Formats: sequence, C-alpha cells, structure tokens
Amino acid sequence: MKKECVTMLLAGGVGKRLGQLTKNLAKPAVPFGGRYRIIDFTLSNCINSRMHTVGVLTQYSPFELHKHIGIGKPWDLDRMEDGLTVLSPYMNSEGGNWYLGTADAITKNINFIERYDPKYVMVLSGDHIYHMNYEKILQQHKETNADATISAIQVPWKETSRFGILNTTESMRIYEFEEKPKHAKNNLASMGIYIFNWSILKRYLEKDAMLLDSDHDFGKDVLPAMLADGMNLYAYKFEGYWKDVGTIGSYWEAHMDLLEENIPLSMSDNEWLTYSHDSNFGPQLITENGKATDSLINNGCIVSGKIDHSVLFENVHIDKASSIKQSILFPGVRVGSNVVLDRVIVKENVTIPDHTVLVASPNEEPIVVSEEYVKEKLQPMEESPLLKRMTSNF
Amino acid sequence: MESLMGLINLEHEHDFLNELTQTRCPAAVPFAGRYRMIDFTLSNMTKSNINEIAVFTKHKYRSLMHHLGSGVDWELNKRHGGLYILPPQENNQSDMSKGDLKHFCNNWDYFERNKSDHVLISGTSFISNMNYQELFQHHLDTNADVTLLTTTYNLSTEHEHCLKVDTATNGTVTAITSDKNNPHVFSGIYIIKKSLLAELVEKCIATYKEHFFIDGIIANLHRLNIQSYQYNGYSFMIHSVDSYYKNSLALLEMNNYKQLFPVGEKIYTKISNHAPAKYNTTSNVSKSFIATGGVIDGAVKNSLLFRGVKVQKGAVVKNAIILDDCTIEENAHVENIIIDKEVTVSKNQFLKGSEKQPFIVAKQKTV
Repeated sequence: MKKECVTMLLAGGVGKRLGQLTKNLAKPAVPFGGRYRIIDFTLSNCINSRMHTVGVLTQYSPFELHKHIGIGKPWDLDRMEDGLTVLSPYMNSEGGNWYLGTADAITKNINFIERYDPKYVMVLSGDHIYHMNYEKILQQHKETNADATISAIQVPWKETSRFGILNTTESMRIYEFEEKPKHAKNNLASMGIYIFNWSILKRYLEKDAMLLDSDHDFGKDVLPAMLADGMNLYAYKFEGYWKDVGTIGSYWEAHMDLLEENIPLSMSDNEWLTYSHDSNFGPQLITENGKATDSLINNGCIVSGKIDHSVLFENVHIDKASSIKQSILFPGVRVGSNVVLDRVIVKENVTIPDHTVLVASPNEEPIVVSEEYVKEKLQPMEESPLLKRMTSNF
Repeated sequence: MESLMGLINLEHEHDFLNELTQTRCPAAVPFAGRYRMIDFTLSNMTKSNINEIAVFTKHKYRSLMHHLGSGVDWELNKRHGGLYILPPQENNQSDMSKGDLKHFCNNWDYFERNKSDHVLISGTSFISNMNYQELFQHHLDTNADVTLLTTTYNLSTEHEHCLKVDTATNGTVTAITSDKNNPHVFSGIYIIKKSLLAELVEKCIATYKEHFFIDGIIANLHRLNIQSYQYNGYSFMIHSVDSYYKNSLALLEMNNYKQLFPVGEKIYTKISNHAPAKYNTTSNVSKSFIATGGVIDGAVKNSLLFRGVKVQKGAVVKNAIILDDCTIEENAHVENIIIDKEVTVSKNQFLKGSEKQPFIVAKQKTV
C-alpha cells in the first residue's frame, strides 16, 4: 500500500552523557516532565502532524522502551494498514549486525520503507523535547523541489560550537555544513530532522554502505556526499522551544524551564497534546502539612512536606518536615521525614531515608540518586541539632 | 470451573444529586477527583476477573456512553466477552414487561449465550476498592441461590435509604427491611445463579412485576437459600447530595485515602491526556486533591479539584468540590460548594453554601 511519507524515528542512541539516567535505559525512554518519557514528544508530534507510518529504530537497552511504545496505542498509532512498527537489529541469512550509524539503521530497513513505496522519507530522533508540525517542513520540501530538507533552529551565538551549523543562501538553500565550528558564520543549527526524496536517499544509502571508511552517519557522511554532488539541500527554519536533553545539566534545566509561569512548551495545549501512558493512580493529595509552589505534580503523589521548583512523577510520597527544592523525583520515589533535597534527581522507586540532606550547589551538576547511591552513601543518620536547624530554616 | 459474569443495573437508580444529575445518570457523576461513580464497581469487577459485563442503562446515558466507550480503559475491549451496554429497547410490541425486567426480557439471549453460571449484579452507589472473588467463593461454598454483599456502618441519616439485612447465626438472610436502626447494610451488590435468575425473571414478567430485586428476590426470601457476605474494608454509599459531599471530603483524610487508593490496587477510569498539575508561585494548597491539568495560583483548602481546574491569583477555594475544567477567577471566593463542569466563577465573586448543605452550581455557567 502506497504512502506519501514514511517516518523513521531513531531511538537507539546510548545517551552516554546522561550517565546514571541511561544506565539500563535507552535515552528516549528516560522519564520527562512529570508523566512522560522523552520519546513521547516526538511520537505525539507524529500523530499531531498526521504522520501515520512510523518505524521506531531501537537498539540500546530496549526493554523499557519497547514496553512503553508497545503497538503505539497512546499515540493512536495502532492502526490497521500502517501505524507504528518497532525495528530492532535482526539476523538474516548473512548473519546478524548491529546498527552502525544513523544512516546504516535506515539502510538495514530499506525493505520496511519499500513496503509503503513512499515518495518521501522523514528521519527523526527520539531525543528532543519540542512541539513541531512536520507537515510544514514536508510542505516546504515540496515547494522548494528539494532533494533533502533539514530542520534548523537559531541557537545562541556562543553555543554555535556545540552544533552542526548550516550555511544557506537567502532562499534557504544550503551551500555548506560546518560541524561544531569555532567561528561560525551563522547560528542556524541542524536539529537532526531530515526529509528526503526516497529514490534519491536510497541511492545514497546504498552507495554509503559500500564505503569502508564511512561512519554511516547522516550528518557526517550522507548529507555531505549529497552536498558535494550539488543536490538541492534546503534548510527549514523552526521557531519555538527545542531542547536537546543530552546531559544531566540540560535535562535538569529543561525541567526548570517547564516550571516557568509562561511555559515555553505547554503540555496542556489542547491543539497540540502530548500523549503518554496513564498509570491510573489516584488523585494527588496535598495534606494539611504539605505545600507546593512552582512545581509539577502527578497522580498518586502524597505530599506532606514542602515542594518548591520541583517535578514529581506519579506515585511519589513525601513525608512531613521534608523540603524538596529544584529536584526531579521519578515514579515510585519515597522520601522520608526531615529530608532536604536541592538540585537532586531521584531515580524510580528509590527510598530516601529520614534526615537525609543532599544539596548540589548551583555550579555543580545535579546529584542523581539511584538505589546503589542510597546503599553506598546514605545511611540513616541520627537527628543532629545542626540538621534540625537546617530543615526548620528551609 | 464455575464462572461469573457482571451486570451493572442502572434501571432503578434515582437522580438524587440535583444539578449534578440534571443531564447525567448517577453512574456517570464525577467522583473523587478523576473518576465517575461507575468506575469503582467496574474496576472491582475487572480486578475480580469478571471479563464479561453488561450495563442496563435507563436514561440520561450520553455521558456514560462517552465515558465507557468500547471499555478499552478497563481492558474490556476484547474479542471474547468485554463490555455490553444495553440501553432500553422496544423489541417486541406484545411485550408486557416493565422496569429492569424489560431489560432482562429484551436481552435474555445475551445472558443465555454467556457461559457463566452465576451473575454478579451491582448498582453504582456502593464505593469501595475490593475484589469480588471472596464473595463469589463464599457464594459457592455455601451453595447459595443468592449471596448479598453486606457491610456494617455507624448509622447516620445518609443510610436511611439503604436496605438492611437480618441474618441467622450461620449467615442465612432471614429478612431484608428498611429498618432505620439496623447497621447491617445491603451494598446493592449480589450474586445469583443464572438458572435461578431466568426462572425468577420469567415469573416476575408473567405477574406484571417491575423490580427484580424486590419482586423476584425479597418476595421469595423464604423459598431461597440467600446468604450474606460481610465486607469489612473501607466503603461508603452515596444516595444523596449530603453523602456525596461528606464522603468526598472524607477522602482528604490520609487514612481514608490510603484505603480507597492503596498503591497497587488501581481504580481504572477513562484516560485523559492532561499534564501534571501545576502549582505556581502564589499557590497555597493544603488538605486537597488536585487532579492533572490543574493550574493553581490561589488558595485551596479542604477541597477536591477535578481535571483541568484553574484557580487564579487571590482566589480562595474552601470545602469545595470543583468538577473538570472550571475556572475560579482572581480574588473570587467559593466555599461549601459543589461546582459542575466548565463553570467560570468570575473575578471577586463570593459564593458560599452552608456547611450542612453545600451550594451546587450547574454546569457550563458563568457566575
């Protein structure tokens, strides 16, 4: 059955710089925003943009991710004719191979794409937090008669050296790529979102697969090869909130962004809903001693302490006289009484013993607390007069 | 193995909730921050491995149908069994049956097709988080024709409308009355053998009866082996505005909350896609439920806020139940009140009911 556009969502990345958070978890499956996982934003964009044929490419620690995606039900991608397909590395008669790079992952799934005989293929990554209507980039792609279109966003000039920069003419045609330039000519950074004419991409993928010294990566290999051949490459300028939550610092920052009064990315925008699983916990209860300010709190939480500038996922319990500031608490976390947390990320189902004090200073990376961390570093303490003073002044 | 099917019978449920039941039947009335009344019975059934459930609706069931849909949120959208909503029908012009007997009559083929030997029949006014398997086991162990689920309450005016049960020492039911001083309350939930159900339905219809429980069971009390099974967990019954309001606010006590919503024993409801509740800088919330999608800038005390409720700066919400998508604008004050869906309480407005009798605002109003 023919489809105009097939979407390939790259969700196999290791997310090494997220350290503890991606220890046994693919980056797209990392919890985000009090009820979501990172990939929910991209999958919701797909359904909101009427992209109904989606292949999700997984590789690294896929168990939680597969469980979360399932057959795509929360995103209405459980469809009869197309819908969501999970594409993991597989064996064939010639043996088995992992996905070697972003382009290689697509090359190994050419059969999947051909099934739908598409005119266009869109390549996305499941690592970013943003709302975007992919129909608009597809429309520009058609209007400019491009061979490939790359979505780009203007980043602050001082950060240009962290990104792949696109140099374009006035009509947005790309004439040069600069990978992490020291002195950028431009501040238009690639967002890792591409649309290709499938017949052309297929040719380049097959060519790239033969090259021994290639990393089989879109940014490093395939797109530069297309540019060198004088193909029509265009940039699509995206305006709006877009965050690569690639490090613990930026992951924490993105959460603090959500707590701004004028949220740059509204998760309750009825025109652009973000979908996810619902865990069916009871309503959240703020008890007589509880207090919450500048925070996001999900179902099933019981709050008897003070919460400020924090995000609580579902089923988190905070006991009395505890203070939680600038922290992110994953589902099922239990915080005892007289605890102080500031700039802390607590992983799923971790219990923080009474009287624990964990504070990361503003110039430090936020502390990530896992079960091992609690075992090794947090032994329940006797209540000291100093500690008592600290908690009461909070 | 003996098996059980479910029937939620709404035929004889009355619209006791004034404005809240103006446009919806009691089963569809929102309850406890993110549920509707029917969710408790329905979730208890699915948790008890009852996978085939019929619902007899009578009237004002649009919001109920919308809520239940295909039953997907209770995992009842299955190829085998699942949810059957059975609205009133006029299949046969010579049919003389009335009340819930008309439902049984029109849908008897559905019951016959079902392979279960027993039927659990329930209303929606008994709120609990329980598993019916123990009740079923008791029903089988005592080889009962009918087993009633009962509980014991400290009686107050809210229990005046409940049926009460007298039992012999072995648990056999000897009388079902409306005795105001009997604390042994019938929950409205019972299990009956399907063969007996067929027999009694037929007899009732032949004699122009219209209420199966009264005319089929109570009237034959001494001919049948009717047992009672006492449930001692947390529960309450909602039969009036008073009991709705009181029992809702009682859930704000941690002890009650943990009994109705123990971790791991979920109550299912129609899934929404709201973001987590947002508490802004000036929010001051204590002893309250806030459902997802809420945005709080004002003060909320001893209240239940459903999904998507906005409380703006300077607003005060106290002893209140506020249903989905309401907005309480700046410096408004609402107290001792139940506000139905999508109501806007405008700036500086002051609305206060009495503690004994909460004020109710009908849905989609601006006040």
